[in-house]
Amino acid sequence: MKVLVAVAEVADVEDEFEIDGLAIDEQYLNYDLNEWDDYAVEAGVQLQEAGDDVEVVSVTIGPERADETIRMALAKGVDRAVRVWDENLEATEYLDSETKADVLAAVVEDEQPDLVLAGVQSDDTAFGATGVSLAEEVGFEWAAVVNDLEYEPGSDIASVHRELEGGVEEFTDVELPAVLTIQTGINEPRYASLRGIRQAQSKEIAPKTLDELGLESDVTDSAVSLTELYEPETESDATLFEGSPDEEADQLAELLRDEGVEA
Amino acid sequence: MSDILAVAEHRRGDLRDVSFELVTAGRDLADAAGGDLHVAVIGGDVDGFAEELNREGVDTIHTISEGEEFNHDVYTQIVEALFDELAPELLLLPNTVNGLDYAPAVANSLSLPLVTDAIDVEYGDELAVTREMYGSKVETVVEVDADRVALTIRPGEWPPAEATGDAEISQFDVSIDESAVRSTVTGFQEVGGGDVDITDADVLVSVGRGIEEEENIALVEALADTLGATLSSSRPIVDNGWLPKNRQVGQSGKVVTPDVYIAIGISGAVQHVAGMKGADTIVAINTDASAPIYDLADYGVVDDLFDVVPALIEAFGGEPPAL
Ligand SMILES: Cc1cc2nc3c(=O)[nH]c(=O)nc-3n(C[C@H](O)[C@H](O)[C@H](O)COP(=O)(O)OP(=O)(O)OC[C@H]3O[C@@H](n4cnc5c(N)ncnc54)[C@H](O)[C@@H]3O)c2cc1C
Repeated sequence: MKVLVAVAEVADVEDEFEIDGLAIDEQYLNYDLNEWDDYAVEAGVQLQEAGDDVEVVSVTIGPERADETIRMALAKGVDRAVRVWDENLEATEYLDSETKADVLAAVVEDEQPDLVLAGVQSDDTAFGATGVSLAEEVGFEWAAVVNDLEYEPGSDIASVHRELEGGVEEFTDVELPAVLTIQTGINEPRYASLRGIRQAQSKEIAPKTLDELGLESDVTDSAVSLTELYEPETESDATLFEGSPDEEADQLAELLRDEGVEA
Repeated sequence: MSDILAVAEHRRGDLRDVSFELVTAGRDLADAAGGDLHVAVIGGDVDGFAEELNREGVDTIHTISEGEEFNHDVYTQIVEALFDELAPELLLLPNTVNGLDYAPAVANSLSLPLVTDAIDVEYGDELAVTREMYGSKVETVVEVDADRVALTIRPGEWPPAEATGDAEISQFDVSIDESAVRSTVTGFQEVGGGDVDITDADVLVSVGRGIEEEENIALVEALADTLGATLSSSRPIVDNGWLPKNRQVGQSGKVVTPDVYIAIGISGAVQHVAGMKGADTIVAINTDASAPIYDLADYGVVDDLFDVVPALIEAFGGEPPAL
């Protein structure tokens, strides 16, 4: 069977940054594998280890720079990867979840996976919608915010826990083919071993354009556009203690005593 | 007509707070658009729910009795059918775990552009939605250029509608295509019991990813011991297995209301804040002065926790552990 893991390279913003038009100035961004996707990769690799004939393929939408991040997934045991990019995507200012779902759907058509794993959300835009949109687009069943997965490779049903609010979990049986969006904490993502990192160098990252996936260029047309991006006005009216750490700690200790905290 | 259709959320017999927040947001938008506010409630005790949802500003409540609990395959079919029937301009859903389990599917199936996790919405020539990016470090406005739109709103951002209304209550019948129901909810479980109940504590020392390594947890443990406080944490600490699940504060953890909450190396992500914003006094220790936790904090130390926490332990006569 085949498991497709959708991964994204996301940007993390430094504490101090500047905004350049509708984006954060590139020098303040550090790129990394999306936190939620790290858990999705681990879930995929664990399935591959549990079954005799399980292939795990990663797919990402992103520029060449993203190869570095994809290599991390390959180093952790993903068999091969597909990276979708072209000048049309490059020129798209705001990739909404509909566009991402359309692009990923074309890859699903190509690869015919039995199971697709994606992160619950991406760290940067936090739309939280790509996985479920994709499922609907390709007619797969789905489950969002999965924090436990019981699945025997080859079976028609995956038993999952969905993490609801307030410490309540829902148990759900999902028919395959399906898309599951994976929540952090579902497993313990492994570190890439040196051997894995070496092996990853020879694994395939197949670049694909929209055209090669049989998509028209208008797939990136979107009704949603970004019109403003700004630092929110600080609502902070916190009293900040100042001085050396010792002086700050003393002031804080005094406050805490006033609040009735006793050693 | 520029109507709004909002879909309420309930779980295990109770409407969730966000349902009433949807009414407020929906009414505002319906006023701006010059249309009616329709509210739908699906499954469970729909008549009882309809009574509760009958708040000022709601024009029509549609009840659909179908199952007890949320099932996305059922919800998807019903919301789509109702959308076809009413042809509203805006479909308004909660940005909850269940909301995110069906909103994208409905939007995709109805070919509606979708914007999630709205914290503010303005309805002018186009719908302008405010949302956050990069862990609340920036706010963005996105505009939607379409006749019909799907939108999910963040819980806690709109005041709940309270006054009683005089909505028309109407039963809506849908025949469910059972062959399209390919997921089955088999049960629920409360998680995170155990030895300590952080919701009982008067003082919480709460640790986040800023602590970096499992060994360093000893430092905040020592602070909690010295202060006679209880140790809690943000999610990554629990995800890493450094503390048990019953210590997690937040949307998917516990909601706590201590007298004093000391957030150490915690950024203040919305899902964390959902669990601790009710604390009387909030203290933050964080190197990043622009971290969202400072929007909430009453007191703050913008400095390295590895310098401040040992000094604080000493200020209370304790001995910081050697790390
Ligand atoms: C569906 C869903 C449910 C969720 N439920 C929860 C939940 O219940 N609870 C929860 O907490 N999260 C929850 N999350 C995760 C949440 O989005 C955040 O990822 C998480 O809260 C971040 O934890 P943090 O603040 O510890 O880490 P980060 O956001 O990484 O923040 C670490 C902070 O430490 C500071 N720091 C770093 N080094 C130092 C130092 N030496 N001294 C002082 N400060 C330092 C940094 O400036 C930063 O602000 C949920 C997410 C989703 C999608």
